[in-house]
Amino acid sequence: MNVSIIGAGMIPVREHWSKGIRELAAEAAELALADAGIAQVDAMYVGNAYGATFNQQTQLGSLIGSALGMRGIEAFTCEAGDASGGVALRTACLAVESGLLRSALVVGVEKATDIVGPARVGARNISLDADLESVNGVTMTALAALLMRRYMHQNDLTLSDFEGFSINAHSNGAVNPCAMYRNKLRDGTFAKAPMIADPVSLFDCAPDGDGAAAVVLVKSDLAADMVPQPVQICASAVATDQFMLQDRDDPLQFAAIGKSFRDALEQAQLRREDIDLFELHDAYTIMTALALEAMGYCLPGAGWMLASDGGSHISLDGDLPISTFGGLKSRGNPGGAAGIYQAVESALQLRESAGPNQVPGARRALIQNVAGPGSTVVTHILQRQPDEA
Amino acid sequence: MLDQESRDSDTQYSRAAGRASAKGGTVYSYTLLQEPPLGYESQAPYYVAWVELDDGGLVTAQLTDIDGPVQIGDRVEMVTRKLTTDGPQGMIVYGYKFRPAL
Repeated sequence: MNVSIIGAGMIPVREHWSKGIRELAAEAAELALADAGIAQVDAMYVGNAYGATFNQQTQLGSLIGSALGMRGIEAFTCEAGDASGGVALRTACLAVESGLLRSALVVGVEKATDIVGPARVGARNISLDADLESVNGVTMTALAALLMRRYMHQNDLTLSDFEGFSINAHSNGAVNPCAMYRNKLRDGTFAKAPMIADPVSLFDCAPDGDGAAAVVLVKSDLAADMVPQPVQICASAVATDQFMLQDRDDPLQFAAIGKSFRDALEQAQLRREDIDLFELHDAYTIMTALALEAMGYCLPGAGWMLASDGGSHISLDGDLPISTFGGLKSRGNPGGAAGIYQAVESALQLRESAGPNQVPGARRALIQNVAGPGSTVVTHILQRQPDEA
Repeated sequence: MLDQESRDSDTQYSRAAGRASAKGGTVYSYTLLQEPPLGYESQAPYYVAWVELDDGGLVTAQLTDIDGPVQIGDRVEMVTRKLTTDGPQGMIVYGYKFRPAL
């Protein structure tokens, strides 16, 4: 793929009570445009999942375009639940790669915290199966819990076998100024956390947050003349699975994660070992374990082991760094914006501008945005743009 | 890519039809949900489970009439129960739940 990121920006994930969805989006967009050194683009694609139910707001393309003064711009929302950011990035890649557009702005935005408690849980449930899951009082967290219980049962595990993922995320998030929860987790506190849906506890779950992140894309050959350190998107792949976990041959096997990962590697002509860091969709610790298994980094049932040994495999200087800015767990989960946070964070890594979150010598990053429990999966591979591109 | 054989003949609809006669099953996984969505608060905390039906396939549903510990492998049976109420008139939404096999 001949598309590059020339600008990237994100705002801290917080409870932004004084800002609406348009202010959040516009702030991130302005940061990305300023970073790219341009003021206008041919189109804007918005990644947003829950505007309709969190904010009673749709048509975010026109709304945010108006806020940015981009009168007349082609702009619309791309939605695929929590993978909305990923599919917005994918849409922009297709548009720029095709040559129909010279440049595209991708803005991921979510304003989650204006509603709380059961109202927010219900509002999030629009990305589950309305007729067969939500109507039964099932939630996203309940599905994660069903997966985790079954996984623990089959592999004879305890709660603390998952703590390494959260400890790593919080260790990285603690030094990221944009992270929502910058506290480190001490050994042993994980297993004592209050249950949200047994066995999923507070420290297994990523917190909902308000946030916005944006990137600017152009063709790679143009990018080289526009900014000193363009970041090339060398693969972009979307796959879907049976919508509900109950309908899959084995609910613990995430086929869409495996497929989009393999498709992305094939596009980029890379091997698994060529990837230097991973921003996975760590909305729940069990999802991280199952994603690593589906991508073949370990055998089925062994994903949790990658969090053991004090997290040395997955830390910033490990052989498989994940959640390098805190992931969804510590940076926060801004719904449809999460996939664009992953892109911005990875761009910073590849420019070696990640400060205390830097993965030494990172040349290629894999970002994976997942909706529902693996129903829609978007994988992109980013790399330092070679000089000849 | 365009040939019909690349599509599953085993669709969600055909699976559901094959399942319609099943009443009994075993608990495949379960959770005690503490944070309910709007409309389900009065029942919380409540059990949600995957039930493996005797005729094959998993169903996602609540467990009801539970008065002891739940375990994977427990025998359960399907019953009709109130799921929630809808709208200002309090229209009752009925559906299926599973209770311990009698």
